[in-house]
Amino acid sequence: MALNTSHAPAIAAPGAASSVTGAQVATALREAGIAALLTLGLSIPILAFKTEQNQSNALYLQPRWGVVAVVCGLIFLVRFAVCLRAMRRAAAPARLKAPASPFVQKLFGIAVPLFLGVALTYPLLASLATGGLAGARYWIDLGILILTYVMLGWGLNIVVGLAGLLDLGYVAFYAVGAYSYALLSTTFGWSFWLCLPLAGILAAFWGIILGFPVLRLRGDYLAIVTLAFGEIIRLVLINWVELTNGGAGISSIPRVTFFGVPFDSSENGFASLFGISYSPMHRMVFLYYLILVLALVTNVVTIRLRRLPVGRAWEALREDEIACRSLGINTRNTKLTAFAIGAMFGGFAGSFFAVRQGFVSPESFNFLESAIILSIVVLGGMGSQVGVAVAAIIMVGAPELLRNLGFLKQVFGADFDPNEYRLLIFGLAMVAMMVWRPRGLVGHREPSMVLTERKAISGSLVKEGHG
Amino acid sequence: MRWQEDPILEVQHLKMRFGGLVAVNDLSFSVGRGDITALIGPNGAGKTTVFNCITGFYRPSEGMLSLRHADGTTYLLERLPGHAISWKAKVARTFQNIRLFTGMTVLENLLVARHNPLMIASGFTLLGLFGLPSFREAERQAVEQAKFWLEKINLIDRADDPAGDLPYGAQRRLEIARAMCTDPILLCLDEPAAGLNPRESHELNELLLSIRRDHGTSILLIEHDMSVVMGISDHVVVLDYGTKIADGTPEEVRNDPSVIAAYLGVEDEELDKVEAEVGL
Repeated sequence: MALNTSHAPAIAAPGAASSVTGAQVATALREAGIAALLTLGLSIPILAFKTEQNQSNALYLQPRWGVVAVVCGLIFLVRFAVCLRAMRRAAAPARLKAPASPFVQKLFGIAVPLFLGVALTYPLLASLATGGLAGARYWIDLGILILTYVMLGWGLNIVVGLAGLLDLGYVAFYAVGAYSYALLSTTFGWSFWLCLPLAGILAAFWGIILGFPVLRLRGDYLAIVTLAFGEIIRLVLINWVELTNGGAGISSIPRVTFFGVPFDSSENGFASLFGISYSPMHRMVFLYYLILVLALVTNVVTIRLRRLPVGRAWEALREDEIACRSLGINTRNTKLTAFAIGAMFGGFAGSFFAVRQGFVSPESFNFLESAIILSIVVLGGMGSQVGVAVAAIIMVGAPELLRNLGFLKQVFGADFDPNEYRLLIFGLAMVAMMVWRPRGLVGHREPSMVLTERKAISGSLVKEGHG
Repeated sequence: MRWQEDPILEVQHLKMRFGGLVAVNDLSFSVGRGDITALIGPNGAGKTTVFNCITGFYRPSEGMLSLRHADGTTYLLERLPGHAISWKAKVARTFQNIRLFTGMTVLENLLVARHNPLMIASGFTLLGLFGLPSFREAERQAVEQAKFWLEKINLIDRADDPAGDLPYGAQRRLEIARAMCTDPILLCLDEPAAGLNPRESHELNELLLSIRRDHGTSILLIEHDMSVVMGISDHVVVLDYGTKIADGTPEEVRNDPSVIAAYLGVEDEELDKVEAEVGL
């Protein structure tokens, strides 16, 4: 019956397509009723009774039928809505989904300059909005955090998005970069600008060290070995106490200087050099622009690499490794360059992290970090630069928003802390993404070379890579 | 017989063993320079295994595969690493189940085939990163070559479409064009006419003949479509159960009783007679 009603209007005229017949409503109501009954049954052991203690410390059951009724009602409504929606969709004439409509493409054209403009003027905007540079401290700090993840996302995007090598241990290179700067600057007193390239080179070196043994592995096996590599680096940092000071971490790492000019209130400081009054925010703003430049360099280099033979070989490797070999591509070297260049940007970001915090400890480089960076890449749409940036803003910025939802306390009571629901919301958002946009926010691929007309390539044709 | 006088590829005593299974057993044949050579045989005869040995996907258990360039340089294919077979020895191949980069455009597919020359022109990425003119020029030439092949296979209008969107016959042609973009001297085609309709397989014949004529590329192909095999090949090698049962011009092979027996089987009463003829 349900089958008939849902298919009949598809043959009818398009005008009638969006309306839903009474029989369909009845079906939806029945479905919703069944779902509500099921919820009722399930909630009896889980929800309906709560164990409480009375004055004599004896347990008793407190019935909570009100909660059960609310939950069943909600389920009923949701199921009803979902059923109706599905029927309407089945009834509507099949719409051909273009890979990217002109509107979306226009949006893309605006998005990039808009993002860039906002990113460049962000400290100004933040201080205007909060009424002063000092008041914008929190917002600029958040901006720095987001940009760090944007950069990490772009770095990992080379390995996962372009070359299709699933790397679950990217944080290891972040750690190598951070510890490189921390150790080199505290031991030899080298400046940040000397340590930054060294940190990148060292991270790239470790990328190759990791790359060599795992080259033969594909898919799940590669993911597990990279995961293990990330853990090994973290455990070495904890246990090699003579070098890394173990779990206590390395503190008093030299702060960033304005190309040699320190950000302090002394006579040679940044403020007196430029004849402005000293503010600790100067360093923050400088850090903000530093990470912005680093992130943009990552982006520009990635965009250029994509158009070079090596970038095209990475993408070809993701599409079909056997065909690559038959075309004379040295797959081993190509994979190694992807690992090394991705790791290098992780190393840059790591040394920025160290100079910003002034303190590094192995705790900052746990698996959760790798997972967040990987989610940024997957959420953004593998291989898409804009998507990764948007995903980083959502993944890092949105949890921070939760801290500021004070009004919810009025609704749910004083001891309600929205921050506690962070991972729950995160999980729900991930599930929702996988249902509606399984290829990420930007699901299509831009060709690297065009003969006559630029056409976006539908994500359904692009492979994710398997090792 | 050109394949005896001037062979481009000599397969000598090739043996490929997978555990206990001997897929190819003591196979020797030659491929003539400038010839179109067909490797035929019933399903499971070991044709694709021979291809995989020649193109470096399998390492032969025994035997020698020597490829001789026109200038006399000789490569022992069984000793080269997989990617060097295309880059150094100039042997290109296509696959039985098409292996295009489906998420990349038709043009990009052809440019990937120019990976090694472009890699050198881009100074192994370093010079290319700064967009030096020498790299731009090399890139322009690669695009020109791609355009030449796209015009030849009638896909110039679809250059910016993803390869995965092309119809099956066009994908087959594109795979051949992609292999040709590596400038091979020997092109190995694994069932190029599989799944093509008669008109398409006629076009394929024309394409293969023009590749041989205009580019001097020798062709070795596996094929079941006899109109292709008998129509264009100069030399046919027949495999059955991993051994060679016939080797000669299409006419010779067509009338060879052991080939007929391998393909069609024999009547019970004729069995003794045919076996005597074949020498079993």
